[in-house]
Amino acid sequence: MFENITQSLGKAFSAFRGTGKITESNIRDGMQQVRTALLEADVAYDVVQDFVKRATEEAIGEKVLKSLRPEEQIVGIVHQQLIDLMGPVDHSLAIKRDGISIIMMCGLQGSGKTTTCGKLARRLKEAGHSPFLVAADLQRPAAIEQLKVIGGQVGCPVYAEDPKTSNPVQVCKNGVKEAKRVGAKVVILDTAGRLHVDAALMKELQQIDSSVAPDQALLVCDAMTGQDAVNSAKAFNDALELDGVILTKLDGDTRGGAALSVKAVTGVPIKFIGVGEQLDRLEEFHPDRMAGRILGMGDIVSLFEKAQKEFDEEDMLRQQEKMQQGKFTLEDFRKQMRQIKKLGSMREIMKMIPGMGAIVDQMGDLNPEDDMRRIEGIINSMTPKERQNPDVIDRGRRNRIACGSGVQPADVNKLLKDFSAMGKMMQGMSSMGLRDRMRAVKGMADGGFMNPGAELMEKKMRSTRGPLNQDEAREKKKKQKKEAQKAKKRNRKK
Amino acid sequence: MGLFDKLKRGLEKTKQILRTDVRDLFRSGQILDDSLLQDFEARLIRTDMGVTAAGRITARLRADHGGRTVDVDAVWKTVRDEMIDLLKGTDGIRWDLSNPLSPIMKAASGPTVILVAGVNGVGKTTSIAKLTNLLMKNGHKVVLAAGDTFRAAAVEQLTMWSERLGCPIVRKESNSDPAAVAFEGVQKAVETGADYLIVDTAGRLQTQKNLMDELEKIRRVMRKIIPDAPHESLLVLDATTGQNGLSQAKSFSQAIGCTGLILSKLDGTARGGVVVAIRQEMGFPVKYIGVGEQVDDLELFDPEGFVDALFAK
Repeated sequence: MFENITQSLGKAFSAFRGTGKITESNIRDGMQQVRTALLEADVAYDVVQDFVKRATEEAIGEKVLKSLRPEEQIVGIVHQQLIDLMGPVDHSLAIKRDGISIIMMCGLQGSGKTTTCGKLARRLKEAGHSPFLVAADLQRPAAIEQLKVIGGQVGCPVYAEDPKTSNPVQVCKNGVKEAKRVGAKVVILDTAGRLHVDAALMKELQQIDSSVAPDQALLVCDAMTGQDAVNSAKAFNDALELDGVILTKLDGDTRGGAALSVKAVTGVPIKFIGVGEQLDRLEEFHPDRMAGRILGMGDIVSLFEKAQKEFDEEDMLRQQEKMQQGKFTLEDFRKQMRQIKKLGSMREIMKMIPGMGAIVDQMGDLNPEDDMRRIEGIINSMTPKERQNPDVIDRGRRNRIACGSGVQPADVNKLLKDFSAMGKMMQGMSSMGLRDRMRAVKGMADGGFMNPGAELMEKKMRSTRGPLNQDEAREKKKKQKKEAQKAKKRNRKK
Repeated sequence: MGLFDKLKRGLEKTKQILRTDVRDLFRSGQILDDSLLQDFEARLIRTDMGVTAAGRITARLRADHGGRTVDVDAVWKTVRDEMIDLLKGTDGIRWDLSNPLSPIMKAASGPTVILVAGVNGVGKTTSIAKLTNLLMKNGHKVVLAAGDTFRAAAVEQLTMWSERLGCPIVRKESNSDPAAVAFEGVQKAVETGADYLIVDTAGRLQTQKNLMDELEKIRRVMRKIIPDAPHESLLVLDATTGQNGLSQAKSFSQAIGCTGLILSKLDGTARGGVVVAIRQEMGFPVKYIGVGEQVDDLELFDPEGFVDALFAK
């Protein structure tokens, strides 16, 4: 699979770089890479063809031909075009200020409608509206129970009827009536999943549409859908005139080309994305991030936002200070490791960082999680005192820790060594500017930071300005000189 | 109604893609040139089989027939043989159309344990109901274990099925440990002398490490009673899934050692071509296909029928 399209484009162009000239036909060749990448990301074939044609026209311009790094230029153009195609965004749900608003959800089976209903209800509730759920899925066994449970979790009423004696159109009608009676503001209709080629069920959807006249008809679409996404989206749009799309299951490793396909064929904006099973995992859709994802370029903004959500800011500041003063303890280290774990798997995190995607590939089957878990185990087996001050760990303590965490004493030793090396590195880093810091992180990655097999040894710091602790170094040199002189004298006496 | 008819009936519903088969695209007497080949490749890609597999078939076509006038029968034969080769693989698995249970491995003694897994919303529970129905129709005694303790009302869903089908079910309250449910399921299957135990699991995305570990644990725990359980680890794959299906196959296989696929939702317009790529890269075959919402809409997979249906009129 493509991890980084810039890389493969770079490869395509490097062959010609020797000759010094990038020609139009080279660009067309490069565009083939873009085409493959988009197809691998499940963008619909026709959409890809159109897209590549347009992007090629734009790319064949002076700018790219004369550019030193044409692959970057081209990726830039492709990226921008993707954003343009998936935008503009519209996150509104058209909630009326007074009166009742009706949102109808529809989609194929298993796309995540019921869960998304719950997420929307939660979101609306947080925004101060009073949502009301209607269980119009009478098909799937226990779908009504599922919505009731979810309604209970969100704390919003759920209207349901006995599936044996009712039908979906009636449930929706009565549900809206009931919502008006209890004074709810937003009604969310959870319809049954259906195939877009099932004429009878599609007709039923239109009947619901005409009988309750929803303000918003939203299509719930699985982000992992392949080439078929265009067919179903088009059929639903033809039947209902959709107002928006919610893309689900984007927390997996799918590239989500369906987003582009759906937008391109229906013209309907994507409003939200589902990024987890919990009810708070609904985010607004951002075309720029999606574009990066489709191209496999990493998504540092989302990572940053995620980190902000998970990390306690004050805590971070405190840790930063500690680092600067060189007082970073194993306790802090463990805390940080736990925070990083909250962000997701190491692989996932690294894929979000531009340029790190390639490293993930190099890792192969190596699993940083296992290593992190072992390290945590070792730290867990230490006493608080040892965590504060690892210097007290002598041979006896070391053996005890090794026993407690089921590792070899040498592993404990290695952790302590790595930790002290890291501490120094961090101390150095925290005094750097942002730019230098980024460079240092990259250096760390290159130096095998993410490779559990590589030892993170204390590297000698050399710089043009001389060693960091100049005074100490001067003292040391003086001492050495003195010693050398003494030795000379001794030798002479003999 | 045989598989072929049923698949075809499913395909009848479609209006747009692949209505025209190879015979329509390639007309006798035409020159098989690049633009024709490109059209053909587009058709292959639209089945979700992926750029690599589509490229391989197109390349074969180019090598064998490129630049010459089209002989429709020969072209069709090349395509069909290549696809069937890809799907059949080399491990000698056979789909015996007269015996719908032929691809399911059977335990030497005691109950055969079937573990069913997949990402969210692919139709695991429904597929289990269909499989149970199939096994029971063939005179086997089946026990179900409701291992999806996570999703709201998932246990109820399977319980409703078990009542409809009339087979015993092992369940616990929601949010209990799925491995414990599986363990009790095995116990019950052994006690009651059942022929098959089918273990349901919660849908999970393959990137969720801890949930994949949970699957491994389910497998491990069951092995305490039956050392070679599960005899079958089936991955349910939604036919609409695109290239991510490959990633799903890889990760699930790592956790539970998949022995086969159930390709669900083939009654829409999606072709599920990604199974070609999965067969090629991961090696495990499709065993059953889901072709409708009714409980008997589960069919034995048949590579030849599948390829024909892929290009059916």
